[in-house]
Amino acid sequence: MSRMQTGQKVTFRILRGEGDSLKEVDYHVEAETGWVVLDAVLNIQATQAPDLSVRWNCKAAKCGSCSAEVNGKPRLMCKTRLDDIDTSQPVVVHPIKSFPHVKDLVADVKWNYEVNKRITPFTPAKDADFTYYQEDVDRVQEFRKCIECFLCQNVCHILRNHEAHSRFAGPRFFVRVAGLEMHPMDTADRTQFLDQEAGVFLCNITKCCTHVCPEDIHITDNAIIPLKERVIDRKYDPLQWLVRKVTGKK
Amino acid sequence: MSHPVTLGKQGFFATLRKDAWWVEPALVAGILTAFGLYSTISAVLLRTKFEVGPYLSPFYEPLLTPNWWPFSPAILILWAPLGFRATCYYYRGAYYKAFFLNPPACSVTGYTNKNFRGETKFPFTIMNLHRFLLIFALALNVFLWIGAIKSFRYEGEWGIGLGSVILTANAFLLMMYSFSCHSLRHIVGGRLDCFSCHRTQKATWDKVSGWNESHKQWAWMSLFSVAIADIYIRLVAHGIISDPNTWSTPLRVIH
Repeated sequence: MSRMQTGQKVTFRILRGEGDSLKEVDYHVEAETGWVVLDAVLNIQATQAPDLSVRWNCKAAKCGSCSAEVNGKPRLMCKTRLDDIDTSQPVVVHPIKSFPHVKDLVADVKWNYEVNKRITPFTPAKDADFTYYQEDVDRVQEFRKCIECFLCQNVCHILRNHEAHSRFAGPRFFVRVAGLEMHPMDTADRTQFLDQEAGVFLCNITKCCTHVCPEDIHITDNAIIPLKERVIDRKYDPLQWLVRKVTGKK
Repeated sequence: MSHPVTLGKQGFFATLRKDAWWVEPALVAGILTAFGLYSTISAVLLRTKFEVGPYLSPFYEPLLTPNWWPFSPAILILWAPLGFRATCYYYRGAYYKAFFLNPPACSVTGYTNKNFRGETKFPFTIMNLHRFLLIFALALNVFLWIGAIKSFRYEGEWGIGLGSVILTANAFLLMMYSFSCHSLRHIVGGRLDCFSCHRTQKATWDKVSGWNESHKQWAWMSLFSVAIADIYIRLVAHGIISDPNTWSTPLRVIH
């Protein structure tokens, strides 16, 4: 893509409306060097469409508020430079799609917080000695990078296409469970939750969640697949069952 | 300018993506179909000219020829590597997109079903046997290395031919495909919570984790190397091409 020059005219095709009356509206803006999509959307809101609803906060790719679909790809608007997209055609901006639409670029993501409440929180042993090493927590620190932008939830086809919200927790919460299950000081067992409630085996590992993560968390390889393997240990592996029986370990 | 739109699911292949999203699943479908057809023809239907000189096709390694087995000896072997690939975490993601259109690509609508069962019901629960097929794949790696070493010795004489190089490269790529497996990564250390309590397992896990980052690349390179090795040996066996090598004796067809 060519470098964006100040004054270059770009058309943004933004989804507007609420309920059943939705339409794409074209806005023409004179972009400036270094702009990201959120700059353009806020410029449109300031100069052409003051009633345009858009959620944003930090503008630094850390709050996870400005999630949207830019030219069909789930992105943080504040992290999507105009230099990196084709601006010779209208830039299409839609809200994220796996959650109820509220208005314009805003979706209602509260379902995610309901899922979060169902996860057994960090549970250390009562007499735990909190001395552990960096090598023990390197793995789980990756999961702590999550900014809850819910782009992974948005792109996951099990939520997006199959609408399995009642049976599937989604990638974001597999990341959270992985961070708890793999923590050296945690004692809770969430494998039954993963299997029965979170629906980890509904995931067919298409890696779309990993591709859209703005924090580059390797969601599929480092969280979902290892969690599947832990459930397989319990549910499908007769050798592990035998070892548990003989050793008496959980 | 404005026009009405519908949010969310919009039918098969609906997407706002402007890139050529269909290229990757189309390539995967094409390559896997071609490999499936070729391996069926070569390993199941063509039952001769798979061993020439010191070179044995990897489809037939190790060569098992019991009297009671009336079919191709490759069938006695191939279920393991094919099963290993079919249940591989990388290939699953790739072929669910390419063949099941579930989804066709990220952010592209494909097959939709509110009762979607994923891998929770038979036959997809078979995917959970991947770790057991890994054991067979690792055992086959040993035989493939033995075959690769044997390919440097013909008629009692050590030497080297292009076939030796191809079979060695194939054994290496297949070994790396197995060593970078997600299930192996779990078995060697991923199942542990306390790494500082098991430093050897942590070191092994680190190693496998490094290889695992390129699992996709190992998967494709090893798939191609198996096909290339088999094609090469068959071409030499049929006399279509001659193997450049250091041996004084011409290579003769054994099977």
